[in-house]
Amino acid sequence: MNGNENKEVVLLIRNLYKSFGSNKVLNGFNLALKKGENLAVLGKSGSGKSVLIKCIIGLLYPDEGEITVLGQSIQSLNQDELDHLRVKIGFLFQSNALYDSMTVRENLEFPLRRHWMEVNNTKAHELVMEALENVGLADTVNKMPAELSGGMRKRIALARTLILQPEIILYDEPTTGLDPITSKEISELMNHLQKKYNTSSIIISHDMNCIQRTSDRMILLIDGVAYKEGSFDELKGSDDPVIQPYFE
Amino acid sequence: MKLPPNTHRFIEEAGAITAFTSRFFREAFRPRYEWNAFLNQCYIIGYKSLPLVGLTGFIMGLVLTMQLRPSLIDYGVESELPAMVGIAIIREIGPVITALIFAGKIGSSIGAELGSMKVTEQIDAMEVSGTNPFKYLVVTRVLATTLMLPILVLLGDAISLYGAYLGVNIKSTTSFHLYFTQVFDNLSFGDVVPAFVKSYFFGFAVGIIGCFKGFNSSKGTEGVGKSANSAVVVGSLLVFILDLIAVQVTDLLGLN
Ligand SMILES: Nc1ncnc2c1ncn2[C@@H]1O[C@H](COP(=O)(O)OP(=O)(O)O)[C@@H](O)[C@H]1O
Ligand SMILES: [Mg+2]
Repeated sequence: MNGNENKEVVLLIRNLYKSFGSNKVLNGFNLALKKGENLAVLGKSGSGKSVLIKCIIGLLYPDEGEITVLGQSIQSLNQDELDHLRVKIGFLFQSNALYDSMTVRENLEFPLRRHWMEVNNTKAHELVMEALENVGLADTVNKMPAELSGGMRKRIALARTLILQPEIILYDEPTTGLDPITSKEISELMNHLQKKYNTSSIIISHDMNCIQRTSDRMILLIDGVAYKEGSFDELKGSDDPVIQPYFE
Repeated sequence: MKLPPNTHRFIEEAGAITAFTSRFFREAFRPRYEWNAFLNQCYIIGYKSLPLVGLTGFIMGLVLTMQLRPSLIDYGVESELPAMVGIAIIREIGPVITALIFAGKIGSSIGAELGSMKVTEQIDAMEVSGTNPFKYLVVTRVLATTLMLPILVLLGDAISLYGAYLGVNIKSTTSFHLYFTQVFDNLSFGDVVPAFVKSYFFGFAVGIIGCFKGFNSSKGTEGVGKSANSAVVVGSLLVFILDLIAVQVTDLLGLN
């Protein structure tokens, strides 16, 4: 690991429980994310990966347990405090969640204008163009999301996530549904931007190539708990029959 | 006691719609107020449905006149044709036909739009971007449908009355001035006001059902189609039920 051991913890999850009716999704999950670290969470489809990061950003409310982000306990915040904290957390949605009634520019301006009401037009324009240049798509600024390819939409979504320069980024399956070459490009872009802005991130995925390229450490989510954690190579070399199928 | 099948689901749905409606009233009157989104919705909703409302209103006025004439001739009261048609349009045909067209056009598009926003996580994205999606999407749309439908009803009534004027003139000649004097002399407070007031309720019902169905859309494209479809079905049904309630209430108030 690249010297993250002694860094401060920016996100801590302790003993997290979440169920929907009789469907117990998380059963005492634990996680600690250090500053500057890229942590991958690997799990089967339907294992509760999205539920986990939606609890972190306050889209879902956990049944039990504690989530501390940048020193603040998520569950104790009121709506205003939560909105302020959310500026520092970026979320890349699995389905991109680009607003299809808005142009690319309006999509990127949305978080700017909604969070900080005082941003003026010149400043907004600069930030939008910078964010688009970061993902290499400055020429799409006046297009509608429907006119773009899947890989381009993912880049635009990434630009929108980064426009507020968050300290922590939560990636929900950033490469799912993309072809292998585009997946590789997106993974490299994630690495590049992570270095440029020195963010910490949680990468939810079941794409081994993406995890190998982007993460420093990984956690295996099985039956609602952190079954095993370690580096990619450690887990890959494991002789545990529960872990092995994930690397086949 | 054994309940008929689907009763359970019906009651659950009715409860959920009631909860959604009460959330609307809680959120609508507290800041932050989304003026821009609201005005934008008024424009879209009014503009989108105007041509259809105008066309159907015109045809209804014309057809109604032509259908009524033979009976009135039988009773020897053909001269009452404008008065009869006027009352039918203002009291019932105008508001109900307009509301049904509105439910088909606007209810379904709200259901489909919010449904697809829900399944592609756009609603979640708004929430993490410092926006209350209920206020931004639901409150603005419901207020817009509530305020725009009565205006559309007024316009629809006017066009419908014009269609009726042409209908009157197919077999006889009446001056435009005489026709309108005949229509309006026969209209009373009790004809106009309840019809106008019930249009607000129709507009509210179409908006709230469209938003409810979209907001609670299930995953997948099939879910979006279902939301749009049931927004129209439930919305139209509710228009009739509200119409039934409205006629009882005006009767009790002695306005009939
Ligand atoms: N809002 C919700 N309501 C009810 N059940 C949900 C909800 N969100 C997720 N679930 C259930 O939680 C489980 C985990 O879902 P999810 O976290 O989306 O899986 P994944 O690991 O593929 O991201 C699934 O069984 C899903 O049906
Ligand atoms: Mg998921």
